[in-house]
Amino acid sequence: MNVSVLIESLTVFVLAILLGFEVISKVPATLHTPLMSGTNSIHGIVLVGAIGLAATADGPLAAGLAFVAMAFAGANVVGGYVVTDRMLQMFKRRPTAPAAPAAPAAPAGQSKASR
Amino acid sequence: MNTTDLGYAVQFSFIVGAALFVIGLHLMNSPATARTGNRLSAAGMIIAVTAEIAFVSQGQIGLGNWAIIVGGLALGGGAGLRLARTLQMTAMPQLVSLFNAVGGGAAGLLALNDFLALNGQRILPGDVPGLDGWRTFFILADILVGSVTFTGSLIATAKLMGILKGQPIVIPGGRIVSWFTVVCGLSVSIVLILAGAGVVTYETHVLYALLGVALVCALVFGVTMVLPIGGADMPVVISLLNAFTGTAVSMAGFVVNNVMLIVAGALVGASGAILTRLMANAMNRSIPNILVGGFGGREGTQAEMTSEGGTVREVSVDDAAIQLAYASKVVIVPGYGLAVAQAQHGVRELADLLEARGIEVSYAIHPVAGRMPGHMNVLLAEANVPYPQLREMDDINPEFDRTDVALVIGANDVTNPAARTDRSSPIYGMPILDVDRAKSIIVVKRSMGRGYAGIDNPLYVNPKTGMFFADAKDGVQQLIAAVKEV
Repeated sequence: MNVSVLIESLTVFVLAILLGFEVISKVPATLHTPLMSGTNSIHGIVLVGAIGLAATADGPLAAGLAFVAMAFAGANVVGGYVVTDRMLQMFKRRPTAPAAPAAPAAPAGQSKASR
Repeated sequence: MNTTDLGYAVQFSFIVGAALFVIGLHLMNSPATARTGNRLSAAGMIIAVTAEIAFVSQGQIGLGNWAIIVGGLALGGGAGLRLARTLQMTAMPQLVSLFNAVGGGAAGLLALNDFLALNGQRILPGDVPGLDGWRTFFILADILVGSVTFTGSLIATAKLMGILKGQPIVIPGGRIVSWFTVVCGLSVSIVLILAGAGVVTYETHVLYALLGVALVCALVFGVTMVLPIGGADMPVVISLLNAFTGTAVSMAGFVVNNVMLIVAGALVGASGAILTRLMANAMNRSIPNILVGGFGGREGTQAEMTSEGGTVREVSVDDAAIQLAYASKVVIVPGYGLAVAQAQHGVRELADLLEARGIEVSYAIHPVAGRMPGHMNVLLAEANVPYPQLREMDDINPEFDRTDVALVIGANDVTNPAARTDRSSPIYGMPILDVDRAKSIIVVKRSMGRGYAGIDNPLYVNPKTGMFFADAKDGVQQLIAAVKEV
């Protein structure tokens, strides 16, 4: 491993962690399950590594490892995003409430409860 | 386009992909934008994967390798899609846990392959010898963390699915096995790193054997770490395993020298770490306490079977319905029992009935209610409860004083006033929902069985409390019928 590559990678790693703390600490408790599910799909990025491995695999052992890694990562990515989307589509402000005085269309606004 | 140009293009796509991940997570800060955020994140993933496939297709790649890529992706992706589409929302914690397992497993496999490939030809030629210790370090970090995540998450999944008992499973000597695997796995890893750095030299087959020992230690540790954990501690465990998976993926990024993996893994790691800390705080337990085998820590406190002082007052369904129907403010306190009984739709129907009578209804959500962070929010969202009605603990607690009826459904320990007052209680100091401050309390509960912590809940003998013994779903249906009659 080359020194400059190591330092570059460590820089990216440290900054990404700090960025992650910053961004994620603003997610409200209401969305913690979708957040976890969403970050779950993000770690499916290991699929990119698995593709690289599968492309260079020679011999039965490497091929086997690559196949399992591909299947694992594939399930992770596809399942993760689909289930997160399914979850998030359920979060609604007030679906069909005739009693509600507020216009249901108003999207973001600054809602106290969405903290 | 020649290969180098394509290489740059691919690197560029990775930057775009990583940026989309960050923006997507940022949009998760509000339920109104979260869905868009998730889709942007998915777009980033598609860009990165497409770029990688384009890149490898430029190289010498055989038909067999394509078969692995297409076959593996089709098999895994198909299974993932099927699960994600068909699973009940109540099964969400186990699905998340399962995805943790496969993500961590895949990351570990990358490093495992890299180690085997490297040692076939000894150390990479042309590099600074001393630094190959670093490379070995990342390989081992990835293998160890990935393996612990893999088996740990599988056990967590099995517990959540009910294949294994939800209660803490204590194997005799389990704690010793845990410590042994930690010490053994780490020391073997240090030896391997020294070998990678060229400080010591071993035959290749010895290196493989040592790696095998480290791998087995990590796999066993994952099992012995999660087995003794009770169901109610699951929010902490799932968050922690989530953080582990992120770390493993990041380490895999170092191993295969891919910045995208490093960034994505770090984001997930940060998210898991934050959630772990929040969950630990909500249970008043420190993270070191949890990490250093603190999970089984309550086994000595399986308290004596006392219901001392006070009697339990049972309330009939009609009385409960009348209390609810003539209240002006009702707070519903859901717990895991509600998830198990799938009572969320009924609860929502009951709330609608009450609201139609002009009663103010809100839901008090304890951070660790359920089996994963935010579990109750998702369940109630599934039942179309508008999210502004879901109130967090700190937000709702001051309102219990002017609440007429607190309706506790399937929740126990998170409402236990002993956490505030009784120093000898194992949950002393845990922040709770102050339901005992409401004017009256109705607890829907199957029996007088205790919560996960195995301790008495003085709430149940509070003179203001009426116990309504029923399964959450059934009880709620009875209440609906009775409120309609009022």
